[in-house]
Amino acid sequence: MSRPHVNTRSALAKARNHGAAGSGVTHWWRMKISSLLLLVLTIWLLFAFQAMSQADFSAAREFLAAPWNTCMALLFSWTLFYHAQLGLQVVIEDYIHSTWLATTFTIGLRLLALLLATLCSVLILQVALNPSAAGV
Amino acid sequence: MSKQQASRPLSPHLQVYKPQITSVSSILHRITGLLLSAFSLLWVSWLLAVYSSATTYDSFRQLLQSWPGKLLLLLAGWALFYHLMTGIRHMIWDSVHMLELDSAKRSGWVIVIGSLLLTGLAAGIWL
Repeated sequence: MSRPHVNTRSALAKARNHGAAGSGVTHWWRMKISSLLLLVLTIWLLFAFQAMSQADFSAAREFLAAPWNTCMALLFSWTLFYHAQLGLQVVIEDYIHSTWLATTFTIGLRLLALLLATLCSVLILQVALNPSAAGV
Repeated sequence: MSKQQASRPLSPHLQVYKPQITSVSSILHRITGLLLSAFSLLWVSWLLAVYSSATTYDSFRQLLQSWPGKLLLLLAGWALFYHLMTGIRHMIWDSVHMLELDSAKRSGWVIVIGSLLLTGLAAGIWL
């Protein structure tokens, strides 16, 4: 005979560490870790900006194709859109009061961030794997 | 209704507050975050230019070297330096340091002036 499921965890145990957002400090941690990563990657970005200030087309492709730069450019693209998506999500949560609208915008935002990060990755890899020939 | 009651503010709306370094430096963190999200497209366009062709790459460079392009880079640079510095301040605040009003005001001015100085320095080097 089946009995109704009884959750024996107390109300406090269920609420603990989850806060008003329902997901605890997860978002905060993601924000902090991605910002620390971006801090390091920004140093590379300034270095790249300096290297690119005089570079022509072939020099730019050569720069991006150097393994270390390819690596940094990929990491920068992923972290940039990850961090931007986390930050814009908070702005949406703060100013859009309808839950379903906010959720729709957040999902759209995440898909857009995913699309742009993927686009960046494809462009970087295309150049990295074939630096001497132009794409189009 | 008495005269005194009528002139009382109903609730603390944003527009009744005098802008202060603490509030302005706080909202600028969000505004620069929004700006940088938009400026992320500069990174995408640079990659597109490097991917596509020498002609596209050259016209992209020329676009950035025109005065509206330089203005855009200047704004992007300031937003980057500002957001970076307030981001570090948020980390310090999260570790329960420098939260006193005095140091919060001081760090606000340090960030506003520091970010402008860094932008000027970057402009001196690259623009």
